Amino acid sequence: MKGRPEGLPTEVEARPALLEIEGLTQFFDNLRAVHNFDLTLRQGELIGLIGPNGAGKTTVFNLITGVYQPSEGSIRFRGMELLGIPSHEIIQLGIARTFQNIRLFSKLTVLDNVRIAYHPHAGYTLFDGIVRNKAYREQEDYLTERAQEFLAIFGLEQRQNDIAGSLPYGLQRRLEIARALATDPELLILDEPAAGMNPQEIDALMELIRFIRQQFNLTILLVEHRMRLVMNICEWITVMDFGEVIARGVPAAVRDNLLVVEAYLGRQTAFLK
Amino acid sequence: MKNIKKSTLTFFGAMLAIYIIVQLLLSLGVLNNFWRGIIFWGAAISIVALGLNLIYGFNGQFSLGQYGFYALGAYAAADVTWRWLNEDPSGIVVGFLGSAVVLGLYALVAVFLRRFYNVRVTTRFLAYLLTTVLGYGIAVIGLRPLLEPLLLTVLNALPPAVTQQIVFFLALVSGAAIAGIASFLFGIPVLSLGSDYFGIATLGFTIIVKVLLDNTDTILPFPEMKGARGMVGIPQWTTWTWVFLCFLLVVVVMRNLLHSSTGRAILSVREDERAAELVGIDVTQAKLLPFVVGSVFAGLAGGIRAHDLAFLHPQSFNFIQSFNPLIIVVFGGLGSMTGTMITGFLWILLLEGALRLFLPQGFETWRFVVYPLVLLIMMLLRPEGLFGQYEFPYLKRPLANLRTRSASPQAGEAAASEEVTP
Repeated sequence: MKGRPEGLPTEVEARPALLEIEGLTQFFDNLRAVHNFDLTLRQGELIGLIGPNGAGKTTVFNLITGVYQPSEGSIRFRGMELLGIPSHEIIQLGIARTFQNIRLFSKLTVLDNVRIAYHPHAGYTLFDGIVRNKAYREQEDYLTERAQEFLAIFGLEQRQNDIAGSLPYGLQRRLEIARALATDPELLILDEPAAGMNPQEIDALMELIRFIRQQFNLTILLVEHRMRLVMNICEWITVMDFGEVIARGVPAAVRDNLLVVEAYLGRQTAFLK
Repeated sequence: MKNIKKSTLTFFGAMLAIYIIVQLLLSLGVLNNFWRGIIFWGAAISIVALGLNLIYGFNGQFSLGQYGFYALGAYAAADVTWRWLNEDPSGIVVGFLGSAVVLGLYALVAVFLRRFYNVRVTTRFLAYLLTTVLGYGIAVIGLRPLLEPLLLTVLNALPPAVTQQIVFFLALVSGAAIAGIASFLFGIPVLSLGSDYFGIATLGFTIIVKVLLDNTDTILPFPEMKGARGMVGIPQWTTWTWVFLCFLLVVVVMRNLLHSSTGRAILSVREDERAAELVGIDVTQAKLLPFVVGSVFAGLAGGIRAHDLAFLHPQSFNFIQSFNPLIIVVFGGLGSMTGTMITGFLWILLLEGALRLFLPQGFETWRFVVYPLVLLIMMLLRPEGLFGQYEFPYLKRPLANLRTRSASPQAGEAAASEEVTP
């Protein structure tokens, strides 16, 4: 099977594929950011994508979510080809993501941040909104209640009327994940969720990721630098360097892989080890 | 009707009071024609500026095209009534019914285009452009001979006062619709540009409109607009009731739009376009809609102004004028409807009204020196605008009450156990 390591449990391999990436290549002018990248995710998996800075991890995420159009290759989600579909429609198909540097709607309230994610399924038309008829009132109440329930899950309920930009960093991360989940995804893509967090916060984040995965029945793909997080929660890992996959496998195997150590620490150190 | 909020009552009460007071002052002759003009003008400018605030303040798209749409609305509405006064209902047929045909065809084209992913901007633009030509073509060739005699008979059979109000209404709607259609066509290609380029392109639009208006009698088939000499013979039909109703309509529509789900999408685009796209917002649509709505407001204001001034000159829509609404919006506070409404009135009241009376002749020349200076001082001392984020309670974004019903215990526990201490 392309884009998967050997020796995963057979009951995992029996599940249907959710995301299939084949031969993905992306050039920026003459720079080859991603080359011949394969990755297959099965339903319910939690997978890490790691690699040194500039390895092309975020580019892969941007290709999946339609921010860039790839030079070559294919991306299929639930068997449907994603190439050429605009970003907002990819999101509506059931892929959600967060960003490396938090991108909240920082001048709007916490509640509005979540409610914006409901817009494609708001359930009332522009006209309903302007004349404020029954459809508007009922649906708006429903959306608000749903958003509040959502915030409660993330412990943000008391903060619903705060301006998002005024929240402490950890809560902003959390709100960003909440907003992504409000789009009702099957696949969640987390771009360095632990960036800038201290060890306690990382522990809390791991707890949160495990919890939402179970609660919302998610498949998760995450990019991360913090080995503590990756090694602890990922079922298997793909390692990239200079746009290419250099290793795949369960955390323990990847940790001992000479190529990976080399990519992170340099050849000399790897040799010494 | 139960459960009407106090803020709503206060707002509409205050508006009604203002309406009655001004109406009284006007009918008693306390306010002469000069002040009447100032008030009407202030309302028109406020509507134009509210439209711009929707585009720039709430959606984050820097636009200098607002005066172009204002001009389009003014000339279109004026042309409808001018023609009517000359026993020619073609303005109504083309302006009103033609626009309706175009909008109907747009709906069909939109449904058709939705079947394809990633239709290129040029294709989309061309499709809508051809639709527009087709729609107005149908009106000119097909509907005119069919409906004109009918319209003449029906409208002339009614009492003249009623006919006048109907024609005026249709003229205002025509002006607003034509401004909206123009902004839609213009917005499709131009809104896909980045914000700065969009600003420059809209400035270009204002200049194009002004040049076209200068040449209405030579290169365009509208001899009655008399090109650079200015259009005369427009009836002075704007009354305080019309001004007030239009103003109220614009405020309520804009407020309701902004407080709906679409409004949140509009705001999200201002906050972070990429993030909006990646929570599933159709950014193209969320930019096009406020642009069109803002331009419809401008077109409506144009109709009001034209029928108050009774004279239109291209020079009053040149690109320097197009900075007026921008200054008002920035002055009143980006993203503050209250600020824009009040500043719009103050702007006309002070600069065109009071100062013209109290300052010596020739002050007008200094205005363009004073505006930028005042704006500069403003930017230094109070960059968030006079009113900042302040809104009348009625216009304020409603905050949701905290939920009384507790969440499911399991979820609550999970949340409590991973509470992050920042």
